[in-house]
Amino acid sequence: MPCKNCLEKPVINLTNNNIKLCRQHFARYFERKVLKTIKDYKLIERNDKVGVAVSGGKDSLSLLSIIKQLKDKIKIFELEAIAIDEGIKGYRDKTLERAKKFCKDNDIKLHIFSYKEEFGNTLDNFLKKSDMKACSMCGPFRRYLLNKKAKELGFTKLATGHNLDDETQTIMMNYFRRNIETSARLGPITGISKDKRFIKRIKPLYLVTEKEVATYAFIKGLIDDFNECPHSSDSYRGDVRDLLNDFEARYPGTKHSIMTSFLEILPLLKESYKKSIPINECKSCGEPCSQEICQTCKIVEILKNKG
Amino acid sequence: MVKVFIEKENKFVNVEASNAKEILTKLNINPETVLLARNNELILLETSLKNNDELKLLSVISGG
Repeated sequence: MPCKNCLEKPVINLTNNNIKLCRQHFARYFERKVLKTIKDYKLIERNDKVGVAVSGGKDSLSLLSIIKQLKDKIKIFELEAIAIDEGIKGYRDKTLERAKKFCKDNDIKLHIFSYKEEFGNTLDNFLKKSDMKACSMCGPFRRYLLNKKAKELGFTKLATGHNLDDETQTIMMNYFRRNIETSARLGPITGISKDKRFIKRIKPLYLVTEKEVATYAFIKGLIDDFNECPHSSDSYRGDVRDLLNDFEARYPGTKHSIMTSFLEILPLLKESYKKSIPINECKSCGEPCSQEICQTCKIVEILKNKG
Repeated sequence: MVKVFIEKENKFVNVEASNAKEILTKLNINPETVLLARNNELILLETSLKNNDELKLLSVISGG
């Protein structure tokens, strides 16, 4: 059966509505969907200075590519890119090369910050002397650096490549672990608007699936391999991901239903929890956090004590 | 027999199958987790495959 809109061979079957699309019509569908998310949720506004967090993977390059197209078209905001080099040999060095090439070819200013310069060592080396899980260390470090550096660079918004799969996994993990308060902080745009200590984060890929992003990156030639992080070991997230993918294969449209249901209750969650999360300043580094010392400083201290 | 390259495991396997869906079932791979490429073009699960076709399974899960 050909593409829904023409006689070309289809490259994807959209599972939530059982529509088959060819390369050209899928690319158009995908770009329109992302641009509609940006418009509907007012993710980018006039005079914004948008920093796109780029790793060189399929999500961030697809995101950067679409935001660049938007910028060239409407010219009402600034666009730069920010990358974090965790120090993962054989993985991040390769994806960062791809990010650098993309930014150079598309005339986008790219800022790179590394764990080695900011925290004193690479993630690979930190893991050699610690029992911590890679994601438990890397997650706080990356979020900390992105927030801090985005503020220093004067970004008004930080765009990340989180897609519908990432978000539905987080939503379900929060349900399973009774972390509903954490879910109140999710959504296509997050951050507390009047608190300048936090950069507003936007997620334009919020309503497209991981498979759709991969398909877009493939047909646009944005990446040539899909290898995953060698330290990826968050087994809980992995289990939830497998569970959702099993459900999606058996009951197509499941992930979209979870997202749509969540977006319906999100305003109520935000209202319920808006005053319950006090924000302090870390006594060690001054960055915003919910306790006296932020998670990043705690981890750095543990690593220092291990020599 | 279809020659299948599983990118995530960096290995080739030969599978007897008439379409991509059969291959994924035999290899116990969830269709949500891979793109299927034949001659560098994406194909759907129900696409018919011929003897000696080469199929690449690209993992869509980045995890980091």
